[in-house]
Order: sequence, then C-alpha cells, then structure tokens
Amino acid sequence: MLIDCAISAQNLDLTFQTNDGPVHALRDVSLDIKKGDFVSFIGPSGCGKTTFLRCMADLEQPTGGSITVNGVSPEAARKARAYGYVFQAAGLYPWRTIGGNISLPLEIMGYSKADQAERVRRVLELVELAGFEKKYPWQLSGGMQQRASIARALAFDADILLMDEPFGALDEIVRDHLNEQLLHLWARTEKTIAFVTHSIPEAVYLSTKIVVMSPRPGRITDVIDSPLPKERPLDIRETPEFLEVAHRVREGLRAGHADD
Amino acid sequence: MRSVVPVLTVVGAIFVLWYLAAIWLNAPWAYDKAGRAGVTLSASELVADTWAQEKPKLPAPHQVVTEIWNTTVEKKITSKRSLIYHSWITLSATLLGFALGTGLGILLAVGIVYNRVMDRSVMPWVITSQTIPILALAPMIIVVLNAVGISGLLPKAMISMYLSFFPVVVGMVKGLRSPEVMQLDQMRTWNASSSQTFWRLRLPASMPFLFASLKVGVAASLVGAIVGELPTGAVAGLGARLLAGSYYGQTIQIWSALIMAAALAALLVAVIGVIQRATLKRMGMA
Repeated sequence: MLIDCAISAQNLDLTFQTNDGPVHALRDVSLDIKKGDFVSFIGPSGCGKTTFLRCMADLEQPTGGSITVNGVSPEAARKARAYGYVFQAAGLYPWRTIGGNISLPLEIMGYSKADQAERVRRVLELVELAGFEKKYPWQLSGGMQQRASIARALAFDADILLMDEPFGALDEIVRDHLNEQLLHLWARTEKTIAFVTHSIPEAVYLSTKIVVMSPRPGRITDVIDSPLPKERPLDIRETPEFLEVAHRVREGLRAGHADD
Repeated sequence: MRSVVPVLTVVGAIFVLWYLAAIWLNAPWAYDKAGRAGVTLSASELVADTWAQEKPKLPAPHQVVTEIWNTTVEKKITSKRSLIYHSWITLSATLLGFALGTGLGILLAVGIVYNRVMDRSVMPWVITSQTIPILALAPMIIVVLNAVGISGLLPKAMISMYLSFFPVVVGMVKGLRSPEVMQLDQMRTWNASSSQTFWRLRLPASMPFLFASLKVGVAASLVGAIVGELPTGAVAGLGARLLAGSYYGQTIQIWSALIMAAALAALLVAVIGVIQRATLKRMGMA
C-alpha cells in the first residue's frame, strides 16, 4: 500500500441481503486514490458509486475485502474526523442560521467559541457566502444552500472531502458556476476529493481521475487519468482533449451496459 | 379581519337556535304552571316565561350570562360561590396534571425512540391505557391514592396526567423520529454522540410535533381535572359545580360551569398557540 494514498480499496465486496435475495452492490472493487486527487465516480444508478463512497465514510460495512482511509480503517478515520461528507441535499437545519449550521460540527467536535466564529467566517469566504452568516436557510437559493453545506464540510479542516452528487438537484447554469468554484476551492485547499456524479461533462471537467462503474454487480469498468491541465476555464469543455476524455467515459459506460 | 363576519354569523345563528330551543323545551313547564294557576298564556307571555324560569330544562343564554356575571364579577374571588374560585381549583389541577403528563409523555417518547425493548413493549400499553373509559378509572385512582394518604390536588392531577400524556407520547415519538436518515448519517460522519444527536437534531426537529400534541394535551388535561372532581364529591372546582348543579336541578349553574370550562379550555389552547408561534418563530421554523 502506498504511503501517499488517501483512500485505498482492495477487492472490496458488499452484498446487501434483501427479501428478493442478495444484491451485489460492490464486487471486487480495487482503487487507490492519491492525496490531492480529485476523483469522480460515474455510472448509472445501482452501480454502487454512492455505496462505495459510503464505505469510505464508514456509513456502510463492506462484506469482503479491505479499505483504508488515510492509512487506517474507515471507522478510525471517521472518529478522527478525517473527512467531510457532502450529501445530495444540503440538509441544513431550518432552526439554525447559516453560521449556526456551519458551526454545528464544530460544536460537536468541541471547538472553542472564538475558534468556531473564526472558522465560520473563513469557510463562508471560501464558498463566497461572506455576509450570509445570520441568514436562515430558507432565505437562500438551492445553490447557495449547497455551498453552505460544502462550507460546513470544510469547517473542521478534514483533508478528504466526500461528495455524493452534491449538485444533482441544481439546474445546469448554477451547476456550471459551482463546478468552477469547486475547482478553485480544491486548488486552494489541496484536499483529496471523491465526487459521485452521473453527469459526464461534470466528471471530466472536475477530475484528475475518473472512475467508471457499472451495475449488477457494482464494479469498476474503467479508470481514466485525465490529461487535462490543472488550470481549467469553463470553455476547456470545447477542446478536443476534453471531448476525447468524455468519449472514453461514454464508451466505458456503454460497455458496462452491454450485458443488459 | 374578513373572518369576523362569518364568525359572528355562526355565533348569531347559535343564539337564535338556543333561544328557540329554550322556548320549545321550557314551554311544557310554563303551560303546567299556568294551568294550575288557571290562567291562559298569550304567545308573548309564554316566551317571556320560558326565558326566565328558575330551573329551566334549557336556560336561555342571557340567564347563563347573568349567572356567570353574578358569580364572577359580583362575587369576591375567595367566596365559595365565585366561579373564578372554582375555576382556579380546577385550573391548578389541570396545570399540574398537564405538566406531569407532558413530562411523562416526553420521557416515554425518548425511551421508545432510543430503546428497542421499550419500542416493542410500551406503545401497546400506552394505547390500551386510553381505551379504558376515564370515568370508570377515575374513582379508583382517587380511592387508591387516598388509601396511601395522597389527597387534594394530586389525585385530580393524576387523572389529568393520565389523559394528557397520550397525545404527547404519540406526537413526540413521531417528532423525535422526524429527522431524515441523511441527517442522522451526517451526525455519524461527525462522530456525534447520541446525546449530541438528541439535543442538536432530534429535539429541535420535534418541536412542531410537540406543540401540536400540547394543544390536544392541555384540553384533555382540563377534561381530566373536571372528571376527577366528579366521583369524589369534591366541594370545589368546576366539576363540583356541575355535580352540585345536577343534584339540585340547578341547570343555570350547570350551564355556566360548562361555559366557564369551555372558555378555560379555549384560553389554555390559545396560550399554547402563542408560545408555539413565539418559539417556532425564534427557531426560524414558522
């Protein structure tokens, strides 16, 4: 196992026992994610991309194989608060202000009041929401709420960010903007990001590594190391390199569906 | 205030029906009296008589209003004939029982949500408890508590509690379980303890459910306190007024106690409503 691996999975298996018999959510999944990587997981629903992410977060227990996060078990990593998890819905508490929502994990982790205030201010700036600290979630648009939830995941300085289709419920214009912001944020914070999506352009635009998955059983069919430069303006999406990577992702997805 | 007109219309209709019903129900007694006196009643004399009898089958609204006026404003609060005094007796039992019932209800709900054994075993008993008619149970609660030396306010409050804990349990179980799986997962990713999850997520999320339950619970508490006064031969309280009124055929007294109880219930529910609005507004949930 490499020392600079943020996440390392070897022959990971996860089978859910349901009333209709066993469901192979993950089978024989092996993957190394280097520190500082931006890895996207893409595939049709049921391919196990979210399940894989949940295994990293210790929200699901694999039934076989091994997985380490920062060199330790997912459970130890979770207890060490090694990662921030961004869910599909922002999940902000309506009874807390934006600032209050962001300081929620900090309260739980026992940061001092002064430290909390400082961190809230810093991450709000990072997601370009400075000045919204005292607002309630319902006063913000969907895109702003999701940015606040990213700020919340960043607030306690975990070096891994796990994101489960964070922009899935947003329209394309907002999504483009947030993608651009997320890249800036990643460049500034040098975090390791694992990002689940079902949008090909989103995956190609954001990632240094794209993991293509397919369902029944959930498995990895292709891993693409992006040749795109780290600096990515939005119009990089019209370049031949970009389209080539997108094409390869599409081919990978189609191959995974060939047996249907 | 566009709602004022329809409300007044309904109230007006109720008064008209009430006065008509009073004529209809009290007329036999008026005829009876006139027959014995050997006089015949004109229509207007009949109506006047049915609205002014001493022990009418159905007292007219103004008789009840006069009775309430005489027993509240005109009497000293310390007087045994003051309806305010009796209301206070009932209200104190109601409030104590409501507080106890709310506390018990929240405790049971927390137990049910956090403990698998309680989840399986408690709820059926809670539901069973409410299928027993409180009128049958109330005398036994009073007798048993008296036997162990507890009397006065507490036995009545226990009956109030018995009625009011139920909506609180049901509402709070639902409220404490209202956070989504995602929100609970999120707490897990932060490695939050159970108590942190309870105080920061489950409890605040349950507030709208709690207030809905409290409104039902406080009305049930009042019913409990009144019922608790009936089988004991209590000398004070709205229940005692109802009972004494029925012993002596004092229908006006019964009706004024009833109206007072209804007003008290409306007041209690309104107070909870005000607290609810203030709290939820402060929490950004209203």
